[in-house]
Amino acid sequence: MSLSDFLSQASSKWLRDEGPESDIVISSRVRIARNLTGYVFPLIASESDKQAVLQTVEKAVEQPQVKQLGHFEILKMNDLSPVEQAVLVEKHLVSPALIESSGSAVILRDDEELGVMVNEEDHLRMQCLLPGYQLDAAYALADRLDDALETSLDYAFDETKGYLTACPTNVGTGMRASVMVHLPALVLTGSIQRILSAVTHVGLAVRGIYGEGTDALGNLFQISNQITLGQSEQEILSNLHGVVKQIIDHERTARQHLLQQSKDPIEDRVCRSFGILAYARQIDSKEAMQRLSDVRLGIDLGIIKGVSANILKELMVATQPGFLQKYYGHEMNPGERDVKRASLIRERLRMDQVQS
Amino acid sequence: MLCEQCGQRPATVHYTEIVQGKKNEYHLCEVCASQKGQAAYQALAGPFSVNQLLSGLLHFDSSVAPRSDAPAPRCEHCGLTFQQFVKMGQFGCEHCYETFSEQLGPLLKRVQSADHHTGKIPKRRGGAMTLRRELSQLRKELQLSVLEERFEEAAQLRDRIRSLEQQIGSDA
Repeated sequence: MSLSDFLSQASSKWLRDEGPESDIVISSRVRIARNLTGYVFPLIASESDKQAVLQTVEKAVEQPQVKQLGHFEILKMNDLSPVEQAVLVEKHLVSPALIESSGSAVILRDDEELGVMVNEEDHLRMQCLLPGYQLDAAYALADRLDDALETSLDYAFDETKGYLTACPTNVGTGMRASVMVHLPALVLTGSIQRILSAVTHVGLAVRGIYGEGTDALGNLFQISNQITLGQSEQEILSNLHGVVKQIIDHERTARQHLLQQSKDPIEDRVCRSFGILAYARQIDSKEAMQRLSDVRLGIDLGIIKGVSANILKELMVATQPGFLQKYYGHEMNPGERDVKRASLIRERLRMDQVQS
Repeated sequence: MLCEQCGQRPATVHYTEIVQGKKNEYHLCEVCASQKGQAAYQALAGPFSVNQLLSGLLHFDSSVAPRSDAPAPRCEHCGLTFQQFVKMGQFGCEHCYETFSEQLGPLLKRVQSADHHTGKIPKRRGGAMTLRRELSQLRKELQLSVLEERFEEAAQLRDRIRSLEQQIGSDA
């Protein structure tokens, strides 16, 4: 199978499509945690408890209200190979914790934008994942799925505490809204620390997508709400909006500043990274992410033309271990993966007509 | 000197580790050191999670920690004890919120902005709750309109409150 066929078949809609503000905002996600009343939470549940929950949820998905939202398919984690599980995690469709949990499953809509994890930390974790900056649309869709499931499910809910979740950090709305942002210019100009620490003071959390703490691989950061109790869903979203809009503005300003003040070094950096991606014969995931981030910045600044802007998003997922092993059809050790990763990146770059 | 782990590459990383008073010296090559370093770090730190952070908070919070003379509360629905909750950072079932409400209060204030849910209410099961919330909202508006001497508006609000009260009364 050719790489372009593989990518179009294996990737989710959020990876293929561009969205609003996609020069900075990679994706928007809303996750809603719910539990069924009358069942203990998954952490201490027996296998038969978990099966009962799963069956109840499966039945709820068959309801006409849910079917109106599209065609859903259930994937039980037990039935999947380790590579298939890894691919789901790499596509951000399930959490690593779902794979660890026994008797767990994910129910995915065909376009993979909407789904429900079953028997993770909570009985249900609905998720809507959209490309670009579409927080409100993501919440609207997740909210519709929540309403549709609630027509046949009895949720654990308390008038003062709200939706009851396994962990008290999710109680109340049970909602976690987040955006993934690409902030290379703020990292290069050194203003990222100041901005990130300001963000954590207003009830939001920031973390690197890959890698630990603020040492974010590929200059990708996830900004999400920390608080779930005492604010309504709309308040949480508008809080997040306010901060994300400012971060977008700061990043755009920093990019212009870079282009005006350090044109030569930035062009050099971008083109070197492009050269390495286009010719390297082995590359580890850390370097790949950094080079891809540079190239994406180069595309956004108009330094590199003819390469699709989606390349960062597409390759940050397609160069992960699970995806590589799926594409090449066999298991690989890390050294082999570095070779295949370089080869996949070269192949992907050849799909576009490059001028720089 | 060669790396004492693989014996192939020259040892370039030399470090001393003191664990519980016991001192160990290592002489490793960069490859083995980075492997060992990561393993050591992960063993020390463990996989980091919100739950651990939470149980950390609980351990250090004397207002939350149960007094030793008091009997440890245990959820009668799922059997979870407060110690287990502190350890896992997760509840066992929906009733734990009631069982451990006393201990939970200070914690919620710390990790959340308030202790009262103001967001979405389940549509099918939450009918009466929605009405009650609307009622308390209207009462607040009434107070405000009286304070600001907007009496015409206050009269309208009073009528709406009465009809809501009747509706809730007849439901119950």
